[in-house]
Amino acid sequence: MLVVTAQGYGRQGYAMGTDDRLSLVLFSGTDDKLQAAAVLTVGAAAMARPVDVFLQYWALDAFRADRILKDHGVSPEAGPEGERAMRDQGKTHWSELFRQAKDLGQVRIQACADSMEMFHITTDDLDPLVDGIWGVASFFMEADGPVTFI
Amino acid sequence: MTTAEITRSIDARGMACPGPLMTLIGAIREGQVGDVIEVLSSDEGSKTDIPAWVAKAKHELIEVTPDDGYSRFVIRKAR
Repeated sequence: MLVVTAQGYGRQGYAMGTDDRLSLVLFSGTDDKLQAAAVLTVGAAAMARPVDVFLQYWALDAFRADRILKDHGVSPEAGPEGERAMRDQGKTHWSELFRQAKDLGQVRIQACADSMEMFHITTDDLDPLVDGIWGVASFFMEADGPVTFI
Repeated sequence: MTTAEITRSIDARGMACPGPLMTLIGAIREGQVGDVIEVLSSDEGSKTDIPAWVAKAKHELIEVTPDDGYSRFVIRKAR
């Protein structure tokens, strides 16, 4: 069932209109934090909440087309035991979860313009999951609620 | 046991969160209105997530049965 609303949401035919946008800033580029962020994104998308994901610094680096599936390590607090626990759980890779989230709902993944300059990269260097480049003001123009920083 | 005839059965036991829910959503999207989908999940998150999603997406949760180390959910695609 296709439901077209003013905002263009509702590909799944959910009742739309009162859902709050999730605005995520991803800074960390380790697999554990990206995994957690991907789970939040896919969960929000499943519950019909629009999501904006803004990629800065090491998170942006992790979304580079040539290294998105490579080992990005884990946060220092994980330790070897924590990393083993995470890897052994057989989770779906975070990039696949972001893909599912975009398929499921209104999810935009935007690269921070400043971080793009820092790495001297263009959109051609990024995985197709990334929709485009935003300046920070563009992100805040869309983020009308709280911002979650990971 | 439910009297509804199961259209499709998904064994998502062993899948990590949010795998079982995502598999259910995929099956709902592929199915026809009126289809009855059974999901077996050992993921703790499913116990709250599947009922929450079914309510949000306005389908019908027919049955939740806890079993040994997993739960069985029966959902009817309502629209």
